[in-house]
Amino acid sequence: MKLFPTLLALSATATAASAQEAMSLDERVNEVFANVTGPFVNLIFAPLPGTAFPWIVLWLVVAASIFTVYFGFVQFRFFGHAIRLVKGDYSDPDDAGEVSHFQALATALSGTVGLGNIAGVAVAVGIGGPGATFWMILAGLLGMASKFTECTLGVKYRNEYPDGTVSGGPMYYIQKGFNELGLPGGKILAVLFSIFCILGALGGGNMFQANQAHAQISGIVGAYPGWITGVIFAVVVFAVIIGGIKSIAHVTEKIVPFMGILYVGAALIILLANFDQIGWAFGQIFAGAFTGLGVAGGLVGALIQGFKRAAFSNEAGVGSAAIAHSAVKTKEPITEGFVSLLEPLIDTVVICTMTALVITISGQLIVDEATGRFVLNEAGTAIATIGDTSGVALTSAAFGTGISWFPYVLAIAVVLFAFSTMISWSYYGLKAWTYLFGEGKTTEIVFKVIFCIFIVIGAAASLGPVIDFSDAAIFSMAVVNIFCLYFLMKLVRKELRSYSSRLSAGEIKVYKN
Amino acid sequence: MPSKLVVGLDGHASGERALAHGMRLAELIGTCELLVVYVIEWSPFSFQTAEENAQRHKRREEEIAMAKSRVVDPAVQRVKSANIESRGIVKHGDVAQILNTVCEAEGAEQIIVARSSEGGFAKRFFGSSTSNLVMNATVPVTVVN
Repeated sequence: MKLFPTLLALSATATAASAQEAMSLDERVNEVFANVTGPFVNLIFAPLPGTAFPWIVLWLVVAASIFTVYFGFVQFRFFGHAIRLVKGDYSDPDDAGEVSHFQALATALSGTVGLGNIAGVAVAVGIGGPGATFWMILAGLLGMASKFTECTLGVKYRNEYPDGTVSGGPMYYIQKGFNELGLPGGKILAVLFSIFCILGALGGGNMFQANQAHAQISGIVGAYPGWITGVIFAVVVFAVIIGGIKSIAHVTEKIVPFMGILYVGAALIILLANFDQIGWAFGQIFAGAFTGLGVAGGLVGALIQGFKRAAFSNEAGVGSAAIAHSAVKTKEPITEGFVSLLEPLIDTVVICTMTALVITISGQLIVDEATGRFVLNEAGTAIATIGDTSGVALTSAAFGTGISWFPYVLAIAVVLFAFSTMISWSYYGLKAWTYLFGEGKTTEIVFKVIFCIFIVIGAAASLGPVIDFSDAAIFSMAVVNIFCLYFLMKLVRKELRSYSSRLSAGEIKVYKN
Repeated sequence: MPSKLVVGLDGHASGERALAHGMRLAELIGTCELLVVYVIEWSPFSFQTAEENAQRHKRREEEIAMAKSRVVDPAVQRVKSANIESRGIVKHGDVAQILNTVCEAEGAEQIIVARSSEGGFAKRFFGSSTSNLVMNATVPVTVVN
């Protein structure tokens, strides 16, 4: 598989780099990593001919738009029904003790709500300006239809084993769905998706998290080598996913939702304290969405950043959520599709927008008072910020202007979000790994060990190469997944029509009113 | 048609006292069936990891089997050996709510439970299962000390 040559290359280049004794370990890791991942990143983010627009962004947006139209704006028509499903109004009491719609949604959300909402949004707004927020919201709303499509298929075509455990996700629905439609190549595409899913798990689901967690911790306690954070994280993750110390995961799973609520609460407090500026901030968002306001790359820069970071944050079309949602107990796979469309809404439309508004209102982005346009940094790659911050440090500084002690809470939140996302993605990557190499203890441990090694690399490398590889790895999953969804979406529409008519006829049993 | 009584067990000595009282009442009534109910505390709104979700169905079946073999089946045997009709029921959910739901669904006369064995912060904050049952039940409840 592709991963092994990559690892060998990493190790060979690392040996060569060790000769350069003047370089620190972090610098060496960073250089090797950037060299190895460069070609892959360039391929995924190649611009459309004659433009600066990456083809992958268009790929995601067009897909989300097609699904939105194809399913008749399902995200708006069935929004209320999705809420009732999550509340348990349609859940059979005899199924108590099985995975509920709420639990499947919460688990999927704990894998998506995290650094994408804190650091990713700061990157988007830092480069694309407040206008990126508009495109982020639009991407979130459209992405709800992508999520609906993939999660319905995830449940419909999951594997249910004799011992009662389940495995689901794009690799399963691609293979089974293509077989059902009599289409060739299902197995090959499923294998390709699994390879990309493993890379995504190691990139966005691991290295990016470790990298930004280190940035946050070193921002509080002072600079120190990234590999130290990496090793600590790797040990704790190792203890959970290999050592089976579930108590750590349990504590995190319970604290993360609390942290999420605290984060949104703090953002609301800051926004309410500056309510007179909310109108101005939305003005900046709308003006920036269509004019650029002097940001790097202008209007297109805002659009690209908005769509990119939204996709990275809510993972709509990527296929990861289909793995998480597939464990739900339901006789109607489409019900989980309805529930899953709430994910991009919560993640992107609500939480990401809050972060973007706080950053915009905080005054961290430097504006030329004479022209009212943003001032670019020296390299001309992003908006200049007070203290030259970017990523999670920019969000932290923005929250700090409203609530002085909040950066400390945010530091804890970032570490916990990073940890919880790693645990979720270790599972997604593992499912792809076992799809390729078969279920079994030894196969599982090999992947888990590789996963832990990449935590150290992620924490030691600098943000640029890590974020590029993370994006590229996550988006490469979307290339295969969306391609297959175009063929499989008619199966979802059949389910939608059947369920919809039965719902209208009152044939879907309501257990609670 | 025999009268029905619901006895809530918790797997502790207190549950045994509730069962003993239920058997005594059944003897006094004469034609009576004792429904021995064990509720595995569970909420559909709790948070779990993806791996736990994937294994949830398997775990649920194991939990039910364990509750039956360790708590409910021995209790039912004990009741039957005293020549009293009995059935065992194991369900997941909120203790107070499930006991009341079973009672209503079966048309039972009353629920017999023991005083709660819970304590500490949780009890102060949320109230015990027993007190929740007493507060919200739609049938008479006997609490055994």
